[in-house]
Amino acid sequence: MIKNVNNLCRLLFFALFMRPFMLIMLGLNVRNRERLPEAGPAILVANHNSHLDAITLMSLFPLRMLQKIRPVAAQDYFFRNPLLKWFALRVIGILPIDREMKSKRKHPLSGINAALKRGEIVIIFPEGSRGCPEQLGKFKAGIAHIAKDNPEVPVNPVFMHGLGKALPKGEALLVPFFLDIFVGDNLRWEGNRNRFMETLTARMTGLAAEAEFPPWD
Amino acid sequence: MNFAILSPEVRWFLISIGAILVLATVIVQALIRLKPGIDLGSLAQRVNSWWVMTGVFTFAMVLSRNISLGFFAFISFLALKEFLSLIPTRRADRRVLFWAYLAIPLQFLWIYLEWYGLFIIFIPVYMFLLLPLRMVMIGQTQGYIRAIGTIHWGLMLTVFCLSHTAFLLILHRVDAPAEVPGVGLVLFLVVMTQFNDVCQFLWGKSLGRSKILPKVSPGKTWTGFLGGVVTTTLAAWQVGPFLTILDAGQSLLAGLIISIGGFIGDVNLSALKRDLQVKDSGSLLPGHGGILDRIDSLTYTSPLFFHFVYWSFHWHTFGTGFGK
Repeated sequence: MIKNVNNLCRLLFFALFMRPFMLIMLGLNVRNRERLPEAGPAILVANHNSHLDAITLMSLFPLRMLQKIRPVAAQDYFFRNPLLKWFALRVIGILPIDREMKSKRKHPLSGINAALKRGEIVIIFPEGSRGCPEQLGKFKAGIAHIAKDNPEVPVNPVFMHGLGKALPKGEALLVPFFLDIFVGDNLRWEGNRNRFMETLTARMTGLAAEAEFPPWD
Repeated sequence: MNFAILSPEVRWFLISIGAILVLATVIVQALIRLKPGIDLGSLAQRVNSWWVMTGVFTFAMVLSRNISLGFFAFISFLALKEFLSLIPTRRADRRVLFWAYLAIPLQFLWIYLEWYGLFIIFIPVYMFLLLPLRMVMIGQTQGYIRAIGTIHWGLMLTVFCLSHTAFLLILHRVDAPAEVPGVGLVLFLVVMTQFNDVCQFLWGKSLGRSKILPKVSPGKTWTGFLGGVVTTTLAAWQVGPFLTILDAGQSLLAGLIISIGGFIGDVNLSALKRDLQVKDSGSLLPGHGGILDRIDSLTYTSPLFFHFVYWSFHWHTFGTGFGK
């Protein structure tokens, strides 16, 4: 019952607010949308510029798939107050991750593995934090662990530009900009951690180089 | 729905545009079937986008005056957003950009209030003075002149210039206050501007040889330009008296203004795109590019045609003394 209410909240939030907002206030230019996974389990790897990154990626999927899509987000940030916690966990459906790894009993990535086992689509930002807006940071290797634990799951790199200008870290005022979202070809775990990270990083920088973005400094 | 109060001329004109689109669709589909060797995908996309644009525009024009104003405000918003997404901007100027966006609802509020005096100075004077103030309050001086110059240039082109089309909608003549000449004038301006774009393109493609502005727009030729001017002026001469309050002579002159102005608006935006090294200004309209690619000519024809009309008749607007 509660779960249905939450799912309804999520559906209404995306259908009535997020999608019209994306369409009217921002505007999306999505390249190679057909490369997005049509069903789970799958992993989307994206660069992180803004709080809106995860919900923007979620809004690319059909509404019926919404409850299968789980963005991984930092527990220390989103569990600060009960209302934010409820919104992040129940309406958006984040998979909380313990960045500080306070709890030694539970493996920090176990939640992600379980979600993939359930056939869900997991969104991961391997830069770890939003960092410098519109600058591609170094990917952390946690993503390689997840790929290794789930070698049959495809990993789709997605490059996003624009949200770091529209709503960067530390800003509450939204300034409209068109967003570019480039979806890359998927890759899988092939048995070598360094090679996986190199391929992923190369795909990502390749996507970033697909367009010339105006300076933002 | 104020379709009933549209003059029969406007209705006939809209129906003819629909007929032209049907014809264009039939021709393109026939070409695709008959000559499968040639890739006409982008042409088909272009025609599809024409259908969408014409449909949205027609609905916005016939539903009600306020919906039409809202429609033009939204086009200005899309154009300014595309412009600001295209040019180099400074991180520090996010708040300045926000104020630039706020000019849109205000500019269209003045139009709604029929307040010509404020409409005509708000962006060139008040926004021109306000945006630098907001920028010096932030205090970043490196790149200052480029930043303030580009933001205000975009605001003038995408909001100030385009909003003149919307102001046509609320005009009332002193000697015929019950008449609504705006819908016909806007249709005339927008359709003639787009018609001129197509004519210059077709003349240039079929007969063009010597280039007119090779450094800015290598595809444009003298034949395209002159062919467009002649065709558009003749078409305006025929359509104007039927669709608008302009007589034959005024329509001819309006056609000349629209065809020459449209060309300059087009190459002005071409120069901007060449400077930024992009082919299209965006990807909003499949086959055409971005919104700026479609309304580039209108940024020039809109204020030029507006003032031509404004000076040719005696108008009643808020604050002009009529009826006080």
